[in-house]
Amino acid sequence: MRPADTIVYAMRSLGSNTVRTVLMLLAMSIGVASVVLLTGIGNGARLYIVDQFSSLGTNLVIIIPGRAETASNTPATLVGQTPRELTLDDMKALQHGDMVGRIAPLTIGELNADRQGKERQVPVLGSTASMLDIHHLKMESGTFLPDEGADIARPVCVIGAKLYQELFGQAPALNEVIRLGGFRCRVIGILASQGRSLGFDTQEMVVVPVAFAQMIFDNHGLFRILVEAKDQSSIDRLKHFISRTIKKLHYGEEDITIITQDSVLKTFDKMLRVLTLTVGGIAAISLFVAGILIMNVMLMSVAQRTAEIGLCKALGASNFQIMALLVSEALLLSAIGGLSGILLGFAGAWITVQFYPTLQTTPPFWAVAAAMATALSTGLLFSLLPARRAACLDPIQALARH
Amino acid sequence: MIELRDVSRIFSVGGQEVRAMDRVSLAIEPGEYISIMGPSGSGKSTLLNIIGLLDTPDSGTYLLEGREVTSLADHQLAEIRSRKIGFIFQFFHLIPRLTAVQNIELPLMLAGVAKKQRGRISARLIEEFGLASRHSHRPDELSGGQRQRVAIARAVANQPAVLLADEPTGNLDRASGAEIIDLLEDLNRRGQTLVVVTHDPEIGERAGRCIRVVDGRITDDSRRD
Repeated sequence: MRPADTIVYAMRSLGSNTVRTVLMLLAMSIGVASVVLLTGIGNGARLYIVDQFSSLGTNLVIIIPGRAETASNTPATLVGQTPRELTLDDMKALQHGDMVGRIAPLTIGELNADRQGKERQVPVLGSTASMLDIHHLKMESGTFLPDEGADIARPVCVIGAKLYQELFGQAPALNEVIRLGGFRCRVIGILASQGRSLGFDTQEMVVVPVAFAQMIFDNHGLFRILVEAKDQSSIDRLKHFISRTIKKLHYGEEDITIITQDSVLKTFDKMLRVLTLTVGGIAAISLFVAGILIMNVMLMSVAQRTAEIGLCKALGASNFQIMALLVSEALLLSAIGGLSGILLGFAGAWITVQFYPTLQTTPPFWAVAAAMATALSTGLLFSLLPARRAACLDPIQALARH
Repeated sequence: MIELRDVSRIFSVGGQEVRAMDRVSLAIEPGEYISIMGPSGSGKSTLLNIIGLLDTPDSGTYLLEGREVTSLADHQLAEIRSRKIGFIFQFFHLIPRLTAVQNIELPLMLAGVAKKQRGRISARLIEEFGLASRHSHRPDELSGGQRQRVAIARAVANQPAVLLADEPTGNLDRASGAEIIDLLEDLNRRGQTLVVVTHDPEIGERAGRCIRVVDGRITDDSRRD
């Protein structure tokens, strides 16, 4: 029997009992769709978090004042205690390392920003010109901080888009003066709206030169130093260089914590991959259930079609051919059910994206392939028993039952 | 062409052995028209099933066209059934979801004949058996006589060496039964070897050779000249 004929015959047989076929297709496609959709959501969550972290740059090394005793690369180390402050001198010492690409200091505080009686409390970040690239910030208009020595306390600021609207409305802001915690400073640029970065809403924050920030905060300690390695492979050497240099400056005490963007990212990435896999696995159970349904229905179908099977044997079908016919029926069901399940899953993913645009629900390729493969192999596995039963039917008895 | 030697078939029913065929020897020549008659339970259907390779004897030998077929594997038996044997049943055994043409083409499809050639063969048979107007009807839209004609077309589609009919008129009214017998005899006149199992003496006695089976043995084998 030719393969094409086998498929046509199986299709006709499926087509002759529409209700049964539709039910089995439904079970199969719901199983596949749930695998596709759930892994899609899991993957979306992973991409969301990875994206949040990579907005900081993957070659980034962050120096935090204070030594966390349980030194591990978990988010817990982000909060360190400070026996000795990090200073601009520390940063300058690091600047000359040959693995160091860009470097930016960071101080953070909360201040009142006011202009003509309008007042808002805003996060203020003190840094240098390199922050723009390290943090992947974008300008709406004007310029970012001037590229000059970090100790120059030039009274200028770059403000977030939302803050601009709140203070200025539609009026032009460039070269206008606002007051930050009582200090006058000139607006030289407006940030493009980009969502959150480093835990701050870029739409609301104010960026000023680091020395100016230290002056208004009256505090010479830095919150962080961000160092970008020249390339990924030199990160380890860079970490080494940083701890050596700082140790020298801090009288032999290694009182800083160095974390790499990369290691934090990897931890999250791993966690969410495992989560996605688990969710996908749970969904795959429904495929297994669909397989059992297929087996049940096929056993019933074999019982109903005893005479037909006996007839095919009398007409010259071998046991193998009978098995092939029934197995192809199941495979056809699984394939059609699987394909419609994939479509259904992607449709579900699309709908999810419409409701939660930040969650980029993209079912990973491996999950789609695995769902399809599981559908086909359950179809195959669970049709073997009914097919064997059919192949072993005694044609004489099968034909006698009328 | 067909030669059975000392063929026995034993069934065990409720722990008791029943000899459905008891050392039967029989030779069938090409082109013969044979009827097998006997009371129910006499073993005539078992004889037919053994000739048709649906059943294998417990002892004895069966030569089909000189080839020993008692010890062949399943797929070899299926192959021979496909090429050499045509079955006709009392209850037609058409597949309800297939049209007349598709039913006729079923053995060709199982034998792996290409679609084009299947179409040619079925078109010829449809024409020959007067089914042209019923061509795409399903079995439940056909009369009993028409169903049996479709079944006969199906049985001869692969040009079998022998046509085996088990009570071919058993489920038909008198007129259509006579038509079917005419059709089968016409095939026989054109050289088709034909074996008909029946308990209707009127039909049985029309055959060129009448075999009577009682209790699994051939009690009478007479030729009409």
